[in-house]
Amino acid sequence: MQKAKSIELEVAVVNGIELPGHWNRMFEPRVISEYDLSVLDQVTSIPGAESLGYCYQCGKCTAVCPVETVGDYSPRKIFRKTQLGVSLMDSPDLWLCTTCRNCLRVCPKEVNMIDIMPAVREQAVLEGKAPAELLTAFENTARYGNPLGEPPRKRTEWVKSAEVPVPVMSQVKAPVDVLWFVECYPSYHPRGKDASVALARLFNALGVEFGILGTEEKCSGDSQRMAGEKGLFEMLAEHNIKMLSKYQFNQIVVTDPHAFNAFLHEYPKYGGQWPVQHYTQFLAPLIDQMHLTRPLNKKVTFHDPCYLGRHNGEYEAPRDLLKAIPGLDLVEMGHCRETAYCCGGGGGGMWLDSFTRDYTSQRLSEKRVLEAVEYGADILAVTCPYEVSRFEDAVKSTGNGGRLEVKDIAELLAYSAELI
Amino acid sequence: MRILVLTKSVPDLVEELVLDEDSGELLHDEMTYVPSEWDDHAVEEALLIKEDSNADVTVLAVDTGDVDNMLFTALAKGADRAIKLQGDFDLSTSNRKRAQAIAHYVKENPYDLILSGVQAIDDIDGQIPAMVAGLLGMPHASVVTDVRLDGDRVHFHQEYGGGLQAELASQTPVVLGIQAARKPPRYASIAKVRQMMKSSVLEEVEVAVEEVPELEIRRFFKPVAAGHAEMIDGDAEEVAERIVSILKERNLVRG
Amino acid sequence: MGPILVVAEFTEGELSDTSRELLTKARELAQSLGSEVIAVGFGSHAEHAMANADADRAVAITGLGLDQYLPLTYERTLSQIVSEYHPLLTMVANSTMGLDLGAGVAAAQHMPVIAYCNGLHTDAEDIVAQCQAFAGKLLAEVAVPAGGAVITVLPGSFGSSGTSGHPEVTVMAVDSVPGMDVVKILEPEKGDVDITRADILVSVGRGIGDPENLGLAQELAEAIGGVVSCSRPVVDAGWLPKARQVGKSGQTVKPKLYLALGISGAPEHLQGMKDADLIIAANTDESSSIMEVAHYGTTVDILDLMPALAERLRGE
Repeated sequence: MQKAKSIELEVAVVNGIELPGHWNRMFEPRVISEYDLSVLDQVTSIPGAESLGYCYQCGKCTAVCPVETVGDYSPRKIFRKTQLGVSLMDSPDLWLCTTCRNCLRVCPKEVNMIDIMPAVREQAVLEGKAPAELLTAFENTARYGNPLGEPPRKRTEWVKSAEVPVPVMSQVKAPVDVLWFVECYPSYHPRGKDASVALARLFNALGVEFGILGTEEKCSGDSQRMAGEKGLFEMLAEHNIKMLSKYQFNQIVVTDPHAFNAFLHEYPKYGGQWPVQHYTQFLAPLIDQMHLTRPLNKKVTFHDPCYLGRHNGEYEAPRDLLKAIPGLDLVEMGHCRETAYCCGGGGGGMWLDSFTRDYTSQRLSEKRVLEAVEYGADILAVTCPYEVSRFEDAVKSTGNGGRLEVKDIAELLAYSAELI
Repeated sequence: MRILVLTKSVPDLVEELVLDEDSGELLHDEMTYVPSEWDDHAVEEALLIKEDSNADVTVLAVDTGDVDNMLFTALAKGADRAIKLQGDFDLSTSNRKRAQAIAHYVKENPYDLILSGVQAIDDIDGQIPAMVAGLLGMPHASVVTDVRLDGDRVHFHQEYGGGLQAELASQTPVVLGIQAARKPPRYASIAKVRQMMKSSVLEEVEVAVEEVPELEIRRFFKPVAAGHAEMIDGDAEEVAERIVSILKERNLVRG
Repeated sequence: MGPILVVAEFTEGELSDTSRELLTKARELAQSLGSEVIAVGFGSHAEHAMANADADRAVAITGLGLDQYLPLTYERTLSQIVSEYHPLLTMVANSTMGLDLGAGVAAAQHMPVIAYCNGLHTDAEDIVAQCQAFAGKLLAEVAVPAGGAVITVLPGSFGSSGTSGHPEVTVMAVDSVPGMDVVKILEPEKGDVDITRADILVSVGRGIGDPENLGLAQELAEAIGGVVSCSRPVVDAGWLPKARQVGKSGQTVKPKLYLALGISGAPEHLQGMKDADLIIAANTDESSSIMEVAHYGTTVDILDLMPALAERLRGE
């Protein structure tokens, strides 16, 4: 093997000043490792995963990756391991990314984990290498239209506890202004249902002409897509678009930022193009009409959902709503807005809890709850349906029960408007 | 080695069973159907045998109107062919009639090894694998696990309860009712199932079935609970507290 | 009126409890129908074991290798007996042998089979069977056709009168049918605990959700001085060894305490544990079948309950 030649000069003259180079010269050629890049090539040859190869290991992502704070992880490390021949397809690393997008925000080379992860995971799912608990969520979604495995017929059961009209489109038979896409956790999860009830009452109090799809609604599928089940996503998208196309409405309002992301960026690819707003965006201009009279004299901090904030640029609407509640003292955590840390539920993390626990020192939700406590918050306000249950568990597991409450913004608004 | 796997769909117990309370009839068209869990295991066992030995796996279902997705899923998992038996069948078709249809088909189309789920949640008129074997005069065994090929013989385990099992060996053709596959049934990605729907065809075979002995089911009804547990309310901490005190009362707690 | 034929099974050379139940019910039906009861048993001990059975006649089938259950030989022989005796009812337990013989013999003999029967009575015109369907969620009432039927009966459905009789025992020698042989008997997996000997079982079902959560069950078992057992889906998923399975295809247990965690209570499972002294069940569905046999129940999440219980039991 030919040895590399040193490129440093022994002496250089810069602006007439002589700079001897002896102190930093490397007279012996450096060892440059010749990597076998076949494993990296395998990954970057998957459509969507090309950009992993762009990494030049500056490490900016390592500084912001939330998973790194609870483990030995970051896109740079994924690149490095792949460069060293560790197959990403067989590595637990593949399932730890929550697609929070914090790395892409700082990456000078645009190594895009938001594209890489679903592409490589899809391959792993095809090869039967996905964790069992994730597959259960996929199977449930395929069979029942929701990852919880709840009966499709019970999707509207929460409506009973709303005690206000929640019209179902198939029965309305008339155009409405707002098609409210409720999503799975707000339909089935006990704490998700609380937020749905609050939102239904707010809509009624505001006189919003709205309707829901009811049992015709299935999961939007965005997180399943990010977790590697694109086929399932397509099936769900086709179904929801078909159902939505039956009805007339001016716009879609969603409870779930993940559904928001799907309607904004993915459903149009399948012919489903409607104006869509997250419910905080829809409510923010209506603050004056909400009669927020009951004060909430609490210190509240807000957790930006990845798919509302970083993915889709909405930081103000939730804050505007919180600030409108009398007595509420909004404090920001260190990691907020663009730099907010993830709750751990995105990108399939919601269905990889046990798996993730094995490869991390702490849950991301626990990390986040500790941050909220550190900033002295009484209430952690959220606006993504994954978060209430994740954070409430984390409050318990970190021993902060009774110290920090977790509330959806819809619940706080409904409280202040004396609707709950 | 040609393997045939008999599959069927059954009402999904995650949803409510729909019963006309007056007549005691099941309203089949109002229920959701899913592949029978034991059949999923039979498909998995067949695919594992195929991986061991290059056997050819055919999956069969009687066309009760809702079987396409189930068959395409089996193809996506790795089955070689899928067959739909067509005739005068619907969701209410009895297991006995289904078995007769399958027996007619198998008589014309011989296989070496026939697997199916040992039972189903809706087979009070008989388990399909045992009836198919009885109708064809083939050897068969129920509650089977761990099926392996050994030359032209088939080795398998039969479970007898109490943890007792025997290893049996059979000539072919033989019908086996599978209790559980060696591994949990694999996942078929939806993309692959959808691809199968586009690229492969389900072979349709017409069968005529003569009259078979049918059960006269007078009615289905919900069992009156013999008793019910005394429910302990509260959150996990409160419930745990109460359970511990119950155990203490009965001296079931150490120390 | 054809006779009522009962296929007897033996444990340690004597009539099994289930066979006694079947004979008692057969006797009751035979009396009301004016028919007779014939017991049929296989193996060298059958003649002795059926000598005092509550039957009018008994057929002891003997032959080389028949002491061990041979599916093909048993089925062919029973089929032949059914075709000779034309029984109105052929009653078999819903055991592995019953699953083999019931539907198989019925199909071969062009008779219907009535499976998972847990009740039999006569009404004005018919013999009526009650069957368990849909994992115990429904019962079915089935009229036994005039031409007769094969019935597989769930163990524990009928009481046994304890009455003995003096049947005329015929010994029938048969050759085993070639084609299917027993290679070897597999004893229960050793090297693991024997759940039938444990006083306290912490039993987990599908509701455990993920194998990772088994650690919580293990911790609870250690805290309470018990052993972890499970229902069938947990074994099928490969999360626990077969030796830990409670139920029809696993072990029958009778511990002092049975904690059923995330177990919905399929009939096959209940069969294996319903006689435990104290049953406490945690299941998110209050209407699940396990609550019918449990003494105490709760719907709290087992993933919360297990650590909460363990903590208390450790005295923390």
